[in-house]
Amino acid sequence: MKSLIMIIIAGALINNVVLNQFLGICSFLGVSKQMKASASLGAAVIFVITIASAVASLLYDYVLKPLGMDFMKTIIFILVIAALVQIVEMFLKKKSPSVYKALGIYLPLITTNCAVLGVALTNVQEGYNFAECVASGFGTAVGYTVAIVLLAGIRSRINEKDLPAPLRGAPIVMIAAALMSIAFMGFGGLQL
Amino acid sequence: MKKYVERLWNGLIKENPVLVLMLGMCPALAVSTQAANGIGMGLSTLAVLVLSNLVISILRKVIPDQVRLPAYIVIVASLVTVTELLIKAYLPDLYKNLGIYIPLIVVNCIILGRAEAYANKHTPLLSVMDGIGMGLGFTVALTLAGALRELLGTGKVFGAQILPEGFGMTIFIQPPGAFLIFALIIAIMNAIGIKTRQRKLVESGCDGNCSLCATAANCETKQPAEKAGKAENAEKKEAGAAEEGGAAK
Repeated sequence: MKSLIMIIIAGALINNVVLNQFLGICSFLGVSKQMKASASLGAAVIFVITIASAVASLLYDYVLKPLGMDFMKTIIFILVIAALVQIVEMFLKKKSPSVYKALGIYLPLITTNCAVLGVALTNVQEGYNFAECVASGFGTAVGYTVAIVLLAGIRSRINEKDLPAPLRGAPIVMIAAALMSIAFMGFGGLQL
Repeated sequence: MKKYVERLWNGLIKENPVLVLMLGMCPALAVSTQAANGIGMGLSTLAVLVLSNLVISILRKVIPDQVRLPAYIVIVASLVTVTELLIKAYLPDLYKNLGIYIPLIVVNCIILGRAEAYANKHTPLLSVMDGIGMGLGFTVALTLAGALRELLGTGKVFGAQILPEGFGMTIFIQPPGAFLIFALIIAIMNAIGIKTRQRKLVESGCDGNCSLCATAANCETKQPAEKAGKAENAEKKEAGAAEEGGAAK
């Protein structure tokens, strides 16, 4: 149990998926314009990554490994993720229209979020068991959400400022991300 | 002949995938710790991009429109797996340095983006040239950023000592340095050609997928009139997203 909590904390803060490993940068920079949208995307990512890690872990341990088809993992995982996002979308649409509406367009776009595939592949590389995979997926996704919501908050302040023209848009957002990344480096000192 | 050369120029400078279109930022930020890693990642992506453009262009009349994205993903994933195994076998050092970012070429926005925006509409030869141009543009951007980070972070470029021994601002080879260097490069490019760049972005850079586009902020705030006319796709998606966001309230 203790080790699972450590995996979650390590995934969320110490090895933050966005600020430290640079996965999911596209949506991190693209969607973080509004706080609300960022929070919705974060929720959807937590949902999808946790389930995707679980499914990928089961598939790898019980199908790919016994068959000796290790090298197929990239192809299989990306297909599983794409299918999973579809299923989650259909399920939510039917069972919980309010959540579906809140997530909106961000749900299908999670397929192209490299954090999902990244976590699944890292889990396999680290040799995590099922529970550890789920914990690592959940922790990573929480880290993503924290980062994107924080950046959205910073950006809402930046927008009100009169910036030098060349810095407007992407550059200032990346500078903000750099400062956040420096702050998150501080978590590296946590003794787990 | 001219249009083939034009494709190369387009990918390298005019629509440089990283610095102008802001695609493929994840690997660009992650592996640019050294110039050599930048070249390795750039060339691996180039190989996948050229082959995927070629295959998709050849099959463009065979693949049904409704299932084209899953089909592209399978094609790209297979090519990436082949590339990964080749790198693992012949360049084990590079494989160790790039690590998880090699399989993640599958979800690199540049590859699916070019398949969707170019290869499925053009002849195989033109698509290959487009792939080479875009791949070289990616390689150049990564190598440039890698060389800068390596120089500032360790005083070396390609492992050769350039600045005095003991020089090194470690922050530049750590994660924050990646954001800083790219912010700097893009800001300099902005300063040089801010007007032309904005226009080009709206005209050709936007693939209608705003969630993958880090400059979506720009096109909204800076070119409201032009954007409304020219990037209808992006507008639709944006509007959809905004509506959804609003509905959530």
